[in-house]
Parts: sequence; structure tokens; C-alpha cells
Amino acid sequence: MSSQRNSDLINRRSAKPHTSMFLRMLTRAAVLRRGRAASALLAMVVAAAVATAMLNLYVDVQAKLRKEFRNYGANIVVVGKDGQALPADALTKIESEIAGRGLAVPFAYIVARTSDGQSVVVAGTNLDQVRKLDSWWSVTAWPNTSQDALLGTRAAAVVSPQGKPFDLSFQERTIHLNPAGTLRTGASEDSRIYLSLKDFENWTGVQPSTIEIASSGSTEEINALIQQLSQALPGADVRPIRQIMEGEARVLGKTRATQAAAAVLIIATAALCVLSTLIGWVFDRRRDFAIMKALGASEGLISGFFAAEAAALGAVGALVGFGIGVAVAAWIGRVNFHAPVVPRFNVLPIVFVGSIAVALISAILPIFLLRRVQPAMILRGE
Amino acid sequence: MFGRLVYESFRRQKRRKLLAGVAITLGVGVATAMIAVATDIGDKISRELRTYGANLIVTPQEDTLDVQIGGVDLKPPSDGAYLNEADLPKIRGTFWHHNIVGFAPMLPVSVRVGDNADAKSLTLLGTYFSKRLTFGKEDFVTGVRITHPWWKVQGAWPDDNSSDVLLGESLAEQLDRKAGDEIEIAGHTHRVAGVLSTGGAEDNQIVAPLALAQQILGKPGAVRRLYVSALTKPEDALSRRDPKSMNPEMFDRWYCSPYVASIAYQLQEAIPHSHAEQIRQIAQNEGTVLSRIKGLMLLVTLAALFASALAVSAAMATAIFERRTEVGLMKALGAGNASVAALFFAEALLLALIGGVVGFAGGALLARQIGRSIFDSQIAIEPVLCPVILAIAVIVTFAGSAMAIRRAVKFDPVYALRGEA
Repeated sequence: MSSQRNSDLINRRSAKPHTSMFLRMLTRAAVLRRGRAASALLAMVVAAAVATAMLNLYVDVQAKLRKEFRNYGANIVVVGKDGQALPADALTKIESEIAGRGLAVPFAYIVARTSDGQSVVVAGTNLDQVRKLDSWWSVTAWPNTSQDALLGTRAAAVVSPQGKPFDLSFQERTIHLNPAGTLRTGASEDSRIYLSLKDFENWTGVQPSTIEIASSGSTEEINALIQQLSQALPGADVRPIRQIMEGEARVLGKTRATQAAAAVLIIATAALCVLSTLIGWVFDRRRDFAIMKALGASEGLISGFFAAEAAALGAVGALVGFGIGVAVAAWIGRVNFHAPVVPRFNVLPIVFVGSIAVALISAILPIFLLRRVQPAMILRGE
Repeated sequence: MFGRLVYESFRRQKRRKLLAGVAITLGVGVATAMIAVATDIGDKISRELRTYGANLIVTPQEDTLDVQIGGVDLKPPSDGAYLNEADLPKIRGTFWHHNIVGFAPMLPVSVRVGDNADAKSLTLLGTYFSKRLTFGKEDFVTGVRITHPWWKVQGAWPDDNSSDVLLGESLAEQLDRKAGDEIEIAGHTHRVAGVLSTGGAEDNQIVAPLALAQQILGKPGAVRRLYVSALTKPEDALSRRDPKSMNPEMFDRWYCSPYVASIAYQLQEAIPHSHAEQIRQIAQNEGTVLSRIKGLMLLVTLAALFASALAVSAAMATAIFERRTEVGLMKALGAGNASVAALFFAEALLLALIGGVVGFAGGALLARQIGRSIFDSQIAIEPVLCPVILAIAVIVTFAGSAMAIRRAVKFDPVYALRGEA
């Protein structure tokens, strides 16, 4: 009867260990072996931090680079169908479609005659916005009052070689302009004269025929925007500038792939670091393992104990590491892109689960090896 | 005796040595691969950036103004000066000819297309598609297929020596022609080899071999402008200076650096009566994008070095910590702290060297694999890197072991031997 009760007790104990005792063993193990526990935790934190930083960078750098690529200027161009002018409300419609996700700049063109009868292309545009859109333009001075013109270097040599004011005529109407500065791009802009849209319209009465749009986003987002714009403007031709889009997609794709390869290598190395530290830590405690076994603990309980310990270590390491990793990513963003990398909290679950998984693997592996050894052998120090 | 101790330690503790060795090998391998990729990424990305097309343009020196709106040339074709086609191969004779990826001449002429009744005036653009040229003893291929990689053709690219043409996408739709059809241009019938899509003004034009455009214009050897795609070095303080204000020594340095400005200068020298200019949209932005990507890879490489250094030192620390009993025994037999430490450092050195060499080879293979799968080209490993990597491996291994060795040596042998670690 009594042996029956005893075995009942043992069964109950092994099936349902006392929770507070279990917790106590966990905390005491960590406190009594501070040095070893701290080094295991350190490895865990560093690995989680490195993984977080790499994943954060991987997600955010694409957006950062896309911004850099917008320095190449417009990636979408809207022109009137069959060379006609755009409807007067085209610009407002486009601006409401892109809704702050980009820049839309109108251009109007005519061919004017100089006083000695040469043809020259004159463009009217919003000069403040062009300055933002085409940051590669090398300009000596931007015009800021009315009747001031920005001259392409080759046009300047023809119309105003000494920088003196000059006249242009278009359909019997003449305008008197002051050269404010010269423009150099190495492309067709060098042969043009740029005016503010207001001066241009007062003089010629011609409406913008082209709107250039620089919108940052993935290829799918740009294509969706082009679709929307075509629907909003049935009278216009909306085209992607393939030269810019394809170059960007290609370079970004390669950078992304290189970064993914680097992230995999680095995260694997960090996981290896955790693995070797934790295996050492658990192996080192084979005497605890043997004593527990000698006192009658079941294998499930012991594995559970070590697993819980590893999981706790992994969880704490992941949380602390996440914080440090986000800071590292932000620092890299500031150093390289002059804008911090925004913390991505959707990376947290990946890092969290990953850390716990690596910790569990590194705890279970040595236990698997120790299970076959008799506790007496370990306790004797063999 | 010392050598024997080290030898026996390796012979008897194969598992532990293997674990530490594997950690060092992997760490060194990752570090090598990342360093190789980071040092080569500038070259690779700068080649990818050539997808943006030409970054230099060469025009005749005495040219009249371009009258061009939205890519459509409104200048009367008789106007203006021309470059001479015969001068183009000389580009291969310039100092930086290895950096010139390709070039494409352009000659727009206006032509009448169709029957006399409803003939239309259109622009025909003469160019090289992928033309074989010879300079000296050297054969090379150049044309728009290299300088304008975003041009896509449905059908086939015409042969440069044929009189076949490409029709722009929108034009082909207007004229209702497709690849393989025939078209009458300026009184002669030509075959349409394919339909061209560029997303630019060429979609409304006919693109033909250069010789055909010259024949229509009646000016053999004429070229209106020349696009050149070159690999360049990003601008710095030197490149922004005016070459005229430099002293001879500085000028030599400027001339012998692949800045876009110095390549333009050399193109001007090679082609008589020409004016070469950088296309700022392409040339200026290249430098920024390149430096951002290079900077990113440098920082990522630092992270990789840090992670592998940590992995190596963690493995070493674990391996040494497990051998406290051994240390206790040695000390009980009368060994001094210095000789125990020397033994451990000798073992660490051996491990670092073996792991370093194997890891270097593995890392080189890994870098080559990354290069082949991402950039379709080799990533070359400088052999100079090998001793550097080995030195780093030894230093990191020593640093990782130092703490653990110090602790192991300080431990009282009595406790160690009693197993009360």
C-alpha cells in the first residue's frame, strides 16, 4: 500500500514538477554561475544584434537607395497625344494622383528666332522645381526676377556672348531678356533658353506640352502610378523613361542580392558563435545534469529544464540584441546615407524566434550526447 | 617535450580541436569572402551602372545650336558640321581605351516614307548596331546594343552592312508594319528587320545602319554626334579643377586618372575638330550611387569581421575552459604559468594557421560563387590578402584565447583536480 503511494508520488512529481522549484533552479543556475551565464548571454545578444542590424538594413536600404536614384531625375514623362498641348488641368490632376510621393514639373517648348535670324529652342518651366528635379544641372546663377533667363552654354554663345541683354521673337512678338546665368548639362539643354512659366506664357501664349515626373518607389508602384495617370488623363501619353527605370532596377537588384548573401553569411556566423558558446556552457554543467538524474529526475524533466534555460537566454538575448541592432542600423544609415534607418518592428519576431531556436538547438544537442552516459561516470569525473 | 605535448594534444583531442578549427575556418572564410566582395563591388557596380547608357557625348566643334524638342530634331539636316566616321576607331588608341565600354555614332536625316501620294516626312537615325571595327591589329565590336542597353527589338537587329531598318514602336503601329515587312524610304524599298522600343523619341523614328543614312544625306563618312560609354572614377577635388590651371605634374596625374573630364579631354584629342562633354545626368549621379553602395558594403564587411572574430574567440574560450583539469595536473607537476600559457598559445597558433589557410581557400571559392551568381563575372582575390587574413586570424584567435587562458592558469590546481570547477 505504502509502496503504491510512494510510486504514485514519484509519478506525480515527475509528471508535474513543482513550479516554484523549477523557477528557482533556473534563477539560481544563472546567479551562481554568473561568469559563464554572462558570456553565454553576451554571445546571444551580439548575435541577435548583428542579425537585427543586417535584416533592418536589408529592408530599409532599398528605400534609401531608391531615393539616391531619384537624383537621376524624372522616371515618368507625360506628353500630349500626337504632339498636342496637354489639357490645362493636367498638372493639378497629376499632382493629386502622385499625392506627395514625387515631383511633377511642367515644360513648354517653342522655337524662337534670335535678332540675327537663328533658331533657338526656348523652354518655359517652373525653375524652382527643376532645380530639385534635375540636381545634376550645373548652373552659375538661377534667375529670380521676371525677364531673367537661364541660358544653356551653347545658346549663350549664340544669343549673348558678352552677357548682354538680348531680344527673341516668336510669331511677330518680341521679348527682351536678361541673361541671369548659364546652364551646362552636356545634353540638349545646353542649346536651350529657360524662362519662368509665367514669362513664357505671357510672351507666347503656349501651354505646357510635357510634364516630367520623378516618383520614387518599386517598379510595381511606378507601373501602378502610370496606369492611374493614364486613366486620369485620357488625352495624354504617359510613358516610363526606360533608360532610367531599367538602370535603377538592375543596379538595385544586384545590390539587393549582394546584401542578401552578406546577411546570410553574417547571420550564420553569429549563430555559429552562439552555438559554440552554449554547447560549451551546457557541457560544462554535466555534473548538475548527473546529480539531477541521480536524484531521480526523469530525462524529460532535465531536458525541459535545460531547454527552458536556453529559451529564457534566447528571449532575453533577442530583446536586448534587437535594441542594440536597431541602433547599429540607424548609425550605419546616418554614416552612409545621412538619414537614419527606421526601426522595422516586423524584424523582431524573426529575430526572437530565430534566437530561441538557435539557443534550443545548442542546448538539446549536448543533452542528447549526455543522455547515454551513466550519471555515476560523470560524477566520478570521467 | 613541448612539441610532443602539442602533438599529443592534437592527436588525443580530435573532437575538441575539430570544433575550434571548424569555427576558425568558417570565421576566416566568411571574412575573406566579404573582404573580396567589398573590394570588388565598386568595379562590379560601376559596370552595372553602364546600363544607364553613354556618359560622354562628342559633337563637332563648329556646330550650330541643336533645335531639339522632346528628342525630335527640328534642325534642317543641311545645317551644322559633322564628325568624320573614319576618325572613330582612333578612340581605341587613347590612354583609357580599356575603360571605354563602347560608342555609337548618330546621324539623323529626314526622309520621305511611302508612295508619292501620301508620303510622310520622318526622321531616320543612322547608327551602329554592333559593328565590327579595326584599330591597328585589334578587332572590336561597338554600337547601340552596348551603349543603349535599354533598347529592345522585336524581331531581329539589322546587320550593320545591310540596308535593313528598324521601325520605332509607335511608328510601326501608325504605318501598320511589322518585322519582315517591306517599307519604301526615299524611293528605295527596305526590309524591316524588327520593331524597336526605347521609351524615347526613337519610338517615332526609323533606325538604320549608319551607311544608309549617309547615303540618303549624300555625305559619306558624316556623323552628327557620338555617344561614348566609359567606366569612370567618381569626381574628387583634383577632377573639379580646370586642367589649364594645373602645373605639369598635376596635369599628368589628372590625365592618367579615369575621370570623366580627362576621358573627354582625350576623346577631343583623338577626334579632330570635336568637342567632348560629359552627360551630367549620367556622369554626375554615377559617383553618388557608387559611393553609397561602396560605403554600405564596407560597413557590412566590418559587421562580418566583427561577427567572425566573435565566433572564433567564443570557440577558443570554450575549448580552453574545458581543459581546466589538464592545467591543474600540469601545474601540480610543477609547470609555471608561463609554460602552460605558452602551450595553449602554441596550440592556438597552429589552429589559427590551419583554419586560416583552409578558410581563405573556402572564402575565395565563396566569393567566386557570389560573383558568378550575382554579377555573372569573376571576383578576383588578391593573393596579397592571404598573409593579411592569416595575420588577422592569428591575432583574433590569440585575443579570443587570452582571457580563457588567463582564467585557466589562475585557477587553483587543487580545486581543478578535485573537479570543483
